[in-house]
Amino acid sequence: MYKGGQQPTIKGAQPKKEADVVVLQGPYPYRLSFYDRPPLYDVTIEDFETFALDRLRILAEIEASYARNRSWDELRTVTEAQCKKYDLWLSSNTARSQFIDLERKKDHLSHFVLRLAFCRSEELRRRFVKAETTLFRVRYEKDDTKELTQFLSSQDFGWEKVDPPEKATYESELRALLPNVGDKEFKDIVFYKVKWTRVPDLVAKRRVFLRRGQAFVPTTLQASIVFHAFETQLEKALERTAKGLPRLDEDTRIVPILNNLSQGFLAGVPSEWTNATPTMDGELRAEMVDGLAKKHFPMCMRNLHESLMRDHHLKHFGRLQYGLFLKVLGLSIEEAVAFWRKSFSSITDDKFNKEYKYNIRHSYGLEGKRANYPAKSCQQILLSDQPGPSDCHGCPYRHFAPDNLQTSLLTYYSNQGLTSSNLPEIMKTVKEGHYHVACTRVFEITHTSKGVEKGQGIGSGESVTHPNQYAARSRELEKPQEGGTSSDTAMVVG
Amino acid sequence: MALDSDNEVTPEVMLAFYRLLYPFHSLFTWLNQGQIPTKLFTQREFAFTLAGDVYLRYHSFMSAEELKKQVLAFNPTRFEIGPMYSARPKDRKTVRPSAFTPLLRELVFDIDMTDYDAIRTCCSSADICARCWAFIAAAVRVLDTTLREQFGFRHMLWVYSGRRGIHLWISDADALELTDEQRRALVASLTVIEGGKDMHKKVNVRFTKQSPLPPALWGARETLNDRFGELILRNQDCFASQEGWEALLRLVSDGGIAETLREEWTGSKISSIDKWLRLRELAKGSKSLTSAVFEDILLQYTYPRIDAEVSKHRNHLLKAPFCVHPKTGRVCVPVDPSRIDEFDPVKVPTVGQLLRELNEAGEGADWQKTSLKPYVDLFDQHTKGIMNEVRLAKMKASANDVQDW
Ligand SMILES: [Zn+2]
Repeated sequence: MYKGGQQPTIKGAQPKKEADVVVLQGPYPYRLSFYDRPPLYDVTIEDFETFALDRLRILAEIEASYARNRSWDELRTVTEAQCKKYDLWLSSNTARSQFIDLERKKDHLSHFVLRLAFCRSEELRRRFVKAETTLFRVRYEKDDTKELTQFLSSQDFGWEKVDPPEKATYESELRALLPNVGDKEFKDIVFYKVKWTRVPDLVAKRRVFLRRGQAFVPTTLQASIVFHAFETQLEKALERTAKGLPRLDEDTRIVPILNNLSQGFLAGVPSEWTNATPTMDGELRAEMVDGLAKKHFPMCMRNLHESLMRDHHLKHFGRLQYGLFLKVLGLSIEEAVAFWRKSFSSITDDKFNKEYKYNIRHSYGLEGKRANYPAKSCQQILLSDQPGPSDCHGCPYRHFAPDNLQTSLLTYYSNQGLTSSNLPEIMKTVKEGHYHVACTRVFEITHTSKGVEKGQGIGSGESVTHPNQYAARSRELEKPQEGGTSSDTAMVVG
Repeated sequence: MALDSDNEVTPEVMLAFYRLLYPFHSLFTWLNQGQIPTKLFTQREFAFTLAGDVYLRYHSFMSAEELKKQVLAFNPTRFEIGPMYSARPKDRKTVRPSAFTPLLRELVFDIDMTDYDAIRTCCSSADICARCWAFIAAAVRVLDTTLREQFGFRHMLWVYSGRRGIHLWISDADALELTDEQRRALVASLTVIEGGKDMHKKVNVRFTKQSPLPPALWGARETLNDRFGELILRNQDCFASQEGWEALLRLVSDGGIAETLREEWTGSKISSIDKWLRLRELAKGSKSLTSAVFEDILLQYTYPRIDAEVSKHRNHLLKAPFCVHPKTGRVCVPVDPSRIDEFDPVKVPTVGQLLRELNEAGEGADWQKTSLKPYVDLFDQHTKGIMNEVRLAKMKASANDVQDW
């Protein structure tokens, strides 16, 4: 497909067009795009690469925002700035900018190049879709209202207006969806009916009225339908591209660029706390866990540890969260089996071997899929596998009732310098939903004696984003300073 | 035969059950949604649990007879059903991994009594009695109505899990096709009780503190309102113990009232009903103790507690109907949701009892001569409904084809 000549043509499966002809007539009537038509014009290999790299930087920043748990407002601000930096913010029609077509072309082309780079594995596809949908959403929310309406009417979302008699029939239900809307305003709000499967996020939050499989969506939430449509269309398009991709292998110039792009995406994101397993001082033994827990663990792990010591049991997700954490902390498989066996003291050997040992070995990649499961990050702990009524896993800052959180904080951390005078500050942060900030603050308070000051976080102002990072930094702070006087460290070298 | 031996489940008993009683053909028709084998059956995963906790996955069969033959060969303690994959599960090693993905699957639910341990007072862990079954009955009523009226599902099969819970299988075409994302969303909308055991208030469903209950929960509120008095106050007497009423007072948003009641109730022998009436009386004079607070209490004590993990993924396996629970010997029989309140788990036939009935019925008898019959009939009736709809859909599709010409 990209054979010969200096200027490759990007066409997907379309028939070849004359080299210098721009096929699209008035190609970009709207600022927003569903990218439903591939670019059918010639580009230089330089544009091909630089446009894609620019877009990639924006997408990587979006991923980083998720990884850092930035709020939506923060994410939006960061992304907008990033887009402007790389000429991908896109001017509205009213701006009458002479660059409108140029910017939109860059947007169009770079999107399709990255499709080629990211369609090749399910993992890459998933991440690309998430980042692209976010970018679309950020632009959507800042779009000119009139232009947005025009753009939306140019697309078919399969929605049907709810007529006035039907709106009247379900008035009390529909009003309950919009508790802050007055009588007069309500009259003006239009509802659309779509199949509930088109708005899963709104269904999950109970933001729509459901009847016999139809979701009644108020105009104010229409955007959800649009985002979901964008997401599913892109998913399908990527799968199609992946199937068509092998033909690209012929072009020796394109393939390395695509490889670089997909690797750049992987590297541009703060890495998970994989730090494999090596510990600082070799072996970590089962009986050392209790001591470490009391000195170095963040609250989520401390709570799991204490629950395990108290109940001699942890439920499934608790075992998973704590087990993977201990693995990354450096507990070998033999020590892990020993640790859990000892902790589950009220069950028989037989039951332990049958019901739990396999799972421990599994989490070390020794059974089943033999995957090397990473420990859960704060984001995963906060967002997935919500604790049920009798579970102990999760993030205490998020999942504990305020009074329990305060009591537990004092119980666990008062011997490390946390006092009740610290509680109001922590609780305020929790109330605002900044759980990682609260956790970081507790780290600072409990490591004051190691010279950590407020605002330093776990080093250079970084917030806690992973329990293992918390524990590792805490243990590191305990080690004697480099070049210090500790004689036994020096002895080991010889 | 003595009653004791009716409950005993030996390998011999299981083998006889599979050979003489298990309704393989009914199971096949239900999963296959028709009489001629389709991919819905032939590419369906079956998993077997053998004695000694051997677990065998990714089996698949071309017909009901082939399934029966394998079951008789393995004589499993139970078997489970998974999704229809894009290829036959038994051939999965011969296709590319990306070409072996789950495609269609009934939407399934699992409700287990253990999730009610924090609120039920009559039994704990593995035990169940008619009194706590009322929690399950309330859950069935709420979910059955919600799934029909809100999501439009029609072909729902409720199956007793053999011990202390109930399963639900939804076979509508729309349900089979749901993606994992859509399943997660649906389950999220049905999940009301949240937060670990350190969270007192487990119901947080309002958009803001003052907003009305989301309409998605209005139906549940109505059903549960009718049951709260009988179930929570009379039957379970949830606020009798100090632990019980302390838990209630932690949900009472008016500190003054909570304090008054704490004084009145400490060391007293006041019944749950009277405590509740007293709370309602005091609430009349309180600004913060609104009807919203009472709605949330109602939901916290009675709203269904579903095991979300089971429902979220297409490839989750669930025990087949008509399997036998190894501890109780009871058969996992279908349950009519409109008669759920009359259902008594203790009266479900055991495998021993059925074999005895069969024995008494004489040579050549099958399940028709045993007390399994009404349950198999209910199952077949359910399948008939599915097949009618499949037939209608096919006719409609071919009519459209003609128009397209
Ligand atoms: Zn009971």
